[in-house]
Amino acid sequence: MINWIAGFIVLLIKSGLVLGILLLLASYLVWVERKLLARLQVRLGPNRAGKFGLLQPIADAIKLLTKEDIVPAAADRPIFLLAPAVVALTALLMFAVVPVGRDLVLFGRSIPMVISDINVALLMVFALSSLGVYGVALGGWASNSKFALIGGIRGAAQMVSYELPLGLSLVPVVMLAHSFSLVDIVNAQAAYPFILVQPLAFAIFVISAMAESKRIPFDLPEAENELGAGFHTEYSGMRFGLFFLGEYVHVQVLGALVSVFFLGGWRGPWLPGPAWLFVKITIVALIMIWVRGTLPRLRYDQLMAMCWKVLVPAALVNIVITGFVILI
Amino acid sequence: MTIYALLFYLLAAVILVSTAIAVTRRNLVHAAIFLVASFFASALLFYLLGAPLLAMLEIIVYVGAIMVLFLFVIMMLKEKPASNRPAARGRKLWTATLGLIYLLAVILLVFATGPRGQTPLTPAVASPAAFGRYLFQGHWLGIEIASLLLLIALIGVLHLGHTAARRTAAGIEEEK
Repeated sequence: MINWIAGFIVLLIKSGLVLGILLLLASYLVWVERKLLARLQVRLGPNRAGKFGLLQPIADAIKLLTKEDIVPAAADRPIFLLAPAVVALTALLMFAVVPVGRDLVLFGRSIPMVISDINVALLMVFALSSLGVYGVALGGWASNSKFALIGGIRGAAQMVSYELPLGLSLVPVVMLAHSFSLVDIVNAQAAYPFILVQPLAFAIFVISAMAESKRIPFDLPEAENELGAGFHTEYSGMRFGLFFLGEYVHVQVLGALVSVFFLGGWRGPWLPGPAWLFVKITIVALIMIWVRGTLPRLRYDQLMAMCWKVLVPAALVNIVITGFVILI
Repeated sequence: MTIYALLFYLLAAVILVSTAIAVTRRNLVHAAIFLVASFFASALLFYLLGAPLLAMLEIIVYVGAIMVLFLFVIMMLKEKPASNRPAARGRKLWTATLGLIYLLAVILLVFATGPRGQTPLTPAVASPAAFGRYLFQGHWLGIEIASLLLLIALIGVLHLGHTAARRTAAGIEEEK
């Protein structure tokens, strides 16, 4: 019983830490993105709240929390109220299976540095990522506005297209690591990160993951210059904030997944595990911001054609080649 | 009653209630959401029975892919507000009869297996590798047949879509 209670307390502490750090980093990721985008567009970016605008995320959070939460009269109320939570929740939950470092030994007890190491962790990540689209599609539908509806439909169409290459690109990783568990996948990269042997899978995964995060060049469900704000046109206050939060947590989760699957996770010389993971997540996030500042938006037939006609066949060929190499 | 049995009955109740709500809703999107809840509970049931792989596949395939497609189609079709007219009596009769037959068959099965069928629920976890080995060693023929069937369906759809696209293209040419 004592063991059980201790385990439960440790679990609560770990979840609290991960949640707190994720939310804090998400708000500062917004600041980094605004600053960097501004620099890419030869502007200054936020610079009024605090030194270098460093207090801007806090000001934004206060603003979002205190604004009125409007529900349109014609909206489907329960679904409209729940949809933003789905987006934020699925993005946050995905981090539960990401290992952040070597096992910690405390009071003669070894504590794994991951919230939950289940043997189907990789599939759980997929399951959660496919659940996230419900928030977008249902939020768009429940708003009862044509722009939001088009955004929601686009979200569903986009998800059906990128989900397959996203899943297929990771099959070679599972074949190399012999496991679905993210802890085992990181441990299998002790000698060298998988990006060296699976560059094609890496490219496919990053492209599909960017499509999943719904950011430029794949932000079709939002597309502010054609659809207002797409699926969250009708949202205000913190419910809009939850969509926003979900997006930035998603960027971090994708950074974490890219580093776990291809860049060796928390492994690296000199620095401790969590620091390495942080560095890798930051690099991936910065590259995603850079891409956002550089590329135009795709049309959605272009996105579907790219996913189905380029990424899926490439991923399949990659699986066959990997299997061939492993067998001989 | 062990905690596993308790969870089992809880999940079974959720599945039954959400499925019942799903088939009686007039609003298609609401029906789809309750069906998603039902699939979710079934996935948890698989997890409880010691098949985490199956649980995750249930969520990925049914909740993540099939229901999203359903939702996509429902949203594209822009359903008209359904009329409040009750369904035809003949249809209700058929549904009730089939349901009763199914229920009777299940009850008979439970009694026919007798005490042998009563195994207490114990915590168990099958690793994905063990599951895959069992599936592909024991049931490879069934899998091959199913994949062949899917391939045939795929080629059929491709052919139908191709001819339809050609016909519309020809129609547009004529109109010009």
